[in-house]
Amino acid sequence: MAIGETIRNSQIWKSIFRHPMPLDRRNRIVVMLTNFFLHLHPVSIKKQGIALSFTWCMGGVTFFLFLVETVTGVLLMFYYRPTLEWAYNDILALRDVTSLGILRELHRWGAHAMVITTWLHMYRVFLTGSYKPPREFNWVIGVILLLLTLLLSFTGYLLPWDQLAIWAITVGSNMARATPILGYEGPGQQLLTIGGIDMITDGSDARFGLLGARFVGEETLNRFYVLHCIAIPLATSLLLAIHFWRVRKDGGISGPL
Amino acid sequence: MHSNGFFLKDVAGFLGGYYTFIAIMNGVAALILWRRKNQPGWAITWAVVAGVMMVLASLALSGSASLVPSLPLSVRMLVNKLSGPVLYTLGTTALFTVLFVFRKFFVKPMVAWTVLNVALVIMGLSMADENFASIVMKADNVPIVGLIFMLAFFTWVATSQAVVNDERIAKGLPPMEKINDEKVLVWPDLVYTELICMVAVSAFLLVWAIFLQAPLEEPASSVKTPNPSKAPWYFLGLQEMLVYFDPWYAGVVLPSMVVFGLMAMPYLDFNKKGNGYYSIEERKFSYLVYQFGFFELWITLIILGTFLRGPNWNFFGPFEYWTPYKVEVLNNVDLPQMFWVNLLDRPLPRAPQGAGLLTQVGTILLREAPGLALLGAYLVLLPPLLAVTVFRKFFARMGFVRYMIMANLMLLMLTLPLKMILRWTLNLRYIVSIPEFSLNF
Repeated sequence: MAIGETIRNSQIWKSIFRHPMPLDRRNRIVVMLTNFFLHLHPVSIKKQGIALSFTWCMGGVTFFLFLVETVTGVLLMFYYRPTLEWAYNDILALRDVTSLGILRELHRWGAHAMVITTWLHMYRVFLTGSYKPPREFNWVIGVILLLLTLLLSFTGYLLPWDQLAIWAITVGSNMARATPILGYEGPGQQLLTIGGIDMITDGSDARFGLLGARFVGEETLNRFYVLHCIAIPLATSLLLAIHFWRVRKDGGISGPL
Repeated sequence: MHSNGFFLKDVAGFLGGYYTFIAIMNGVAALILWRRKNQPGWAITWAVVAGVMMVLASLALSGSASLVPSLPLSVRMLVNKLSGPVLYTLGTTALFTVLFVFRKFFVKPMVAWTVLNVALVIMGLSMADENFASIVMKADNVPIVGLIFMLAFFTWVATSQAVVNDERIAKGLPPMEKINDEKVLVWPDLVYTELICMVAVSAFLLVWAIFLQAPLEEPASSVKTPNPSKAPWYFLGLQEMLVYFDPWYAGVVLPSMVVFGLMAMPYLDFNKKGNGYYSIEERKFSYLVYQFGFFELWITLIILGTFLRGPNWNFFGPFEYWTPYKVEVLNNVDLPQMFWVNLLDRPLPRAPQGAGLLTQVGTILLREAPGLALLGAYLVLLPPLLAVTVFRKFFARMGFVRYMIMANLMLLMLTLPLKMILRWTLNLRYIVSIPEFSLNF
């Protein structure tokens, strides 16, 4: 163990890790306070709160899947161009030509799994009554995160640009056409009329705003790509940070009061 | 199309592995019961089951139509014939009710294990049917099969703890979670769990990704509409609601209300008990409302929309071939039609040609009067009526605003099952039908 000892005593090692190896009680406490990645956690925690049968780990798994999606998503972006000319061909090439040919599988199955684990996490939080005071607001953030997870999955569904993709998005976004007042087939869209001119048409309604066009086309592909890769992940990251911070501030992980 | 040799050869490998997996699962259970729990009777039972599963596995591996274990054709035909949206909905409701009422029985480990085995064997037998397999094995549908088993498992985990806690609370003891308030250091106790969890999830995902290829169909074409056209699986509950409501309600208003209702939940639930531990008895009302919404109105509708809705969104039995030529008679009637024409034997009120806007609106209101009165009674009269009867205690505890929000959310949630029942019994299409303003309900 001499080499290990030398490395751990070197200036480089010590400059990176601000604490000795967490082998004794004191250093196990210090490590939680001085390490950036660990300081999200408290130093000590209720033993029954981390029992598997109680917590199911589903929130943590969801976050881990979010990280998996981020990493595989960035790698996919190297190969994928969101244009009508290339989108489908790039996905084909990803399957048939690219090495590490399971990148898209990891991303897609990870996304499905993330939707499921989010539901299970929410289910557990409900069943243990952990949304009750003082955690009401964190539950609200959680509901928004659930919505963002579904939107992430929904916007990503279009990107392979195959039949499955555009028709799923067409069916899904057709609903927006019927938004009350703001959709051109929705109830009350006649109300927004100025000087006899309809304000809500198929070129200005909620569905148009979502798709960037009157039907699912290249504008939609671009729009969903930007939403999927930048806008929604950014919003999700911010809310995740608040979600985790509030877990600590609202009395730590759930357990009987 | 019914099972043929080619198909069975294709699934033989999968089914062989599947039954072997069940055999190993039961073998491990037998071992644990024998060595750790000292229950030789149960150990022998599951060891025998494991042996039977190995026999099934070798039969399945043969890939020949006479040997692969499958449900008899007559049974499959009968299931197809019997199944329909009504029986499916009532059946799942009955199932959930039985599971809930007799939860003390079903959470017993040996009972739950039996149920799991039965479910897995039925699933395996069904997989030998070509039509069933083609839907269930569709790459994007596989997660839903996983979801069903995971939900069942975690509901069992939660309910078995809730049952214990409820019994303890009834005896005046604190819930299990409260007994031990010992604290441990996050390093190593939590950090290591997280690490193991990450490795396990990564391994699981890798295996899944290697064995199941992500779907990729033909290149997108805006002129070739697939039949059926389906939204992503997690929105299929919403798509199923389109059978009963117009898109403005099923696709926009009701989902928005679901999100709003979920957010409002912690502010509406005034019950201070059951915070931080599993319990059913202490919060029966909120438990039942949530489970009704989650299982009945979300999960079962997704399963229905994914596995049982085929071309033209027609209902197909689990072993039925998805033919696009299936014709279903649509003879749904609107409420104004029922009221004016069928009941009063008069034509629908209609504004005279060239009438002013006011006359037109007045006529529409007259025509829709029965539906509007019904809706008005439902949404306006019912909440105060409930406040002085069933929900009297709730009203007193919650105050006016909170009570009204809760009552209206619950009534909106119940519009779906009510509309289903009205559709099945009276063939009712719309309660209010104002096509002039695209407002149908």
